[in-house]
Amino acid sequence: MTTVINPAADSGSLYDRLIKRDKVHGSLYTDPTIFAEELRKIWYRSWVFVGHESEVAQPGDYVRKRLGLQDVIMTRDRDGELHLLLNRCAHRGNQVCDDARGNASAFRCPYHGWTYRNNGELVGFPFFKGYGQRKLDLALARVPRVDSYHGFVFGSFAAEGPTLLEHLGSAAGEMDRLARLSPEGRVELTAGWLQHRTRANWKLLAENETDGYHPQFVHGSIFGVTGSTIGPLYSDSSAAVTRDLGNGHSENDLRPEFRRFGEPMRWFGTTESRVREYVAAMRAKHGAEAERILIEGGPHVMIFPNLFIAEIQVFNIQPVAAGECIQHSTAVQLVGAPELNRRMVSQCVGSVGPAGMLLADDTEMYERNQAGLGSLTPEWVDVRRGLNREEVDENGFTIGGATDETGMRGFWRQYKSLMEAR
Amino acid sequence: MTTAVSTEAGLGPVPDEFDRHVVEQFLYREARLADEGDYDAWEALWTNDALYWVPVDGEGGEPQQQMSVIYDNRNRISTRLAQLRTGKRYAQAPPSNLRRLLSNIEFLGGRENPDGGVDLEVGANFLAFESRARGTRLWGGRTTYRIRRGGPDLQDLLLAYKKVVLVDNDQPLPTLGFLI
Repeated sequence: MTTVINPAADSGSLYDRLIKRDKVHGSLYTDPTIFAEELRKIWYRSWVFVGHESEVAQPGDYVRKRLGLQDVIMTRDRDGELHLLLNRCAHRGNQVCDDARGNASAFRCPYHGWTYRNNGELVGFPFFKGYGQRKLDLALARVPRVDSYHGFVFGSFAAEGPTLLEHLGSAAGEMDRLARLSPEGRVELTAGWLQHRTRANWKLLAENETDGYHPQFVHGSIFGVTGSTIGPLYSDSSAAVTRDLGNGHSENDLRPEFRRFGEPMRWFGTTESRVREYVAAMRAKHGAEAERILIEGGPHVMIFPNLFIAEIQVFNIQPVAAGECIQHSTAVQLVGAPELNRRMVSQCVGSVGPAGMLLADDTEMYERNQAGLGSLTPEWVDVRRGLNREEVDENGFTIGGATDETGMRGFWRQYKSLMEAR
Repeated sequence: MTTAVSTEAGLGPVPDEFDRHVVEQFLYREARLADEGDYDAWEALWTNDALYWVPVDGEGGEPQQQMSVIYDNRNRISTRLAQLRTGKRYAQAPPSNLRRLLSNIEFLGGRENPDGGVDLEVGANFLAFESRARGTRLWGGRTTYRIRRGGPDLQDLLLAYKKVVLVDNDQPLPTLGFLI
């Protein structure tokens, strides 16, 4: 869309003018110069979710990933250490790795045969006499900071800055809730990823992930034909809350609704009689605490800027351009819960990805939104819902009702602070 | 990706009782019903033990453990169609305009089925042209069908299995709202 705002007519920074408490400007989703600035200030600076340690379980395993627009190889070296290497030969820029995944101790550039260990170190190049030496001070570039939490691997191109745990802040507790659903306390992402090309700005997705206003409308078709109990969780009479977790993270906390019913496994849309082995393993592991865990279920949390954990599935939002992104989605796999894992794959396959009975409809909305944002007027996207009834909970977090835009406002506060940084 | 069916376990000789012309007409009909969104007639083609599978990354892995674009048993086919019939399956409302071509139809062999008979396994290439508001797109790939004799006097053909291996299923795919 065209920015009709006259930059000279208002005081404050660009982002001060584009991001208000109750509305954000449409150009944030469509302007290529803003997208370029996001790459620098968010994707190549902040902590960004890349993949999971279980995708490279064995020494030598590697998998290609994207961090922002960057082609990154996630590797595990022979000592078991994880690396995020840029897939670019130090010689002339060719790709050193062309397979999506595999196992290799080294990558050999097909152009001139330069060879790198899977920790990025340059081990050799042909015809060394042309360099007058056998060693060169070159290597595959690496993402300078790599850290993980419950095996979720994040990278940051900033050599210094907040630690991953500082970035995750209160969202770390939601990831703890996910891991706690495993009888062994461990999560894996080993079911492979669906890749869904989406003609919409990545922020429309990040905002939607904890938007409790849309499900009854966008997903009414599938809730209706399956008799799903999800719909009422997102209504004005729901006891669920939308919580701004800080640092741009937010959640739909559905626990108040599940506690009201007090039925183990209702969160998973089933009953304990259908997953007896899992429930027994959880009770053996957690004792009296097990009932609460089995009733409350998993988190529904959007972790800024690109990791969305929706109870049983995980999404990685990859930006491509102002008007395009790719959704990567997979099923959560809980170590020690084979009975549940099969069901999670089956439910996820039904729900997510290009033909998913939930996500294909979300994606249709994203794409129509993006098209609509090309309208000349109105210029603004409204994010005021629930401002009239926001509260601060006992832990100091801002919370809104189940259908309120509290999470979006938290997202924009973090976005603005990152974009205004030098 | 090629469908290396000849080496797949459980595949026997091509059963005798399938006429090539009749089978081809059946496949063309299935394609037309999908193109035209005739959900009732399309649903009626399937057996009760149906499987409709669109894998990713080539032939796909073990579908109970790996993600697929579609992995529908008969029950889920029914759910998918019921959602489409609501008219509020927005990924397909308004519906795509579609036409597809089938070609390179090969009788690949026979496979024992739960009814004690032998299903005919057929491979075919396809190219589908889709038009919708977001633009047009070509979908291409290889489909493996398992066709069963059913109905009174076993004169009808039914679809027991349809696996659609898209040529670009290792790449990001746009929304696939129609029946491929």
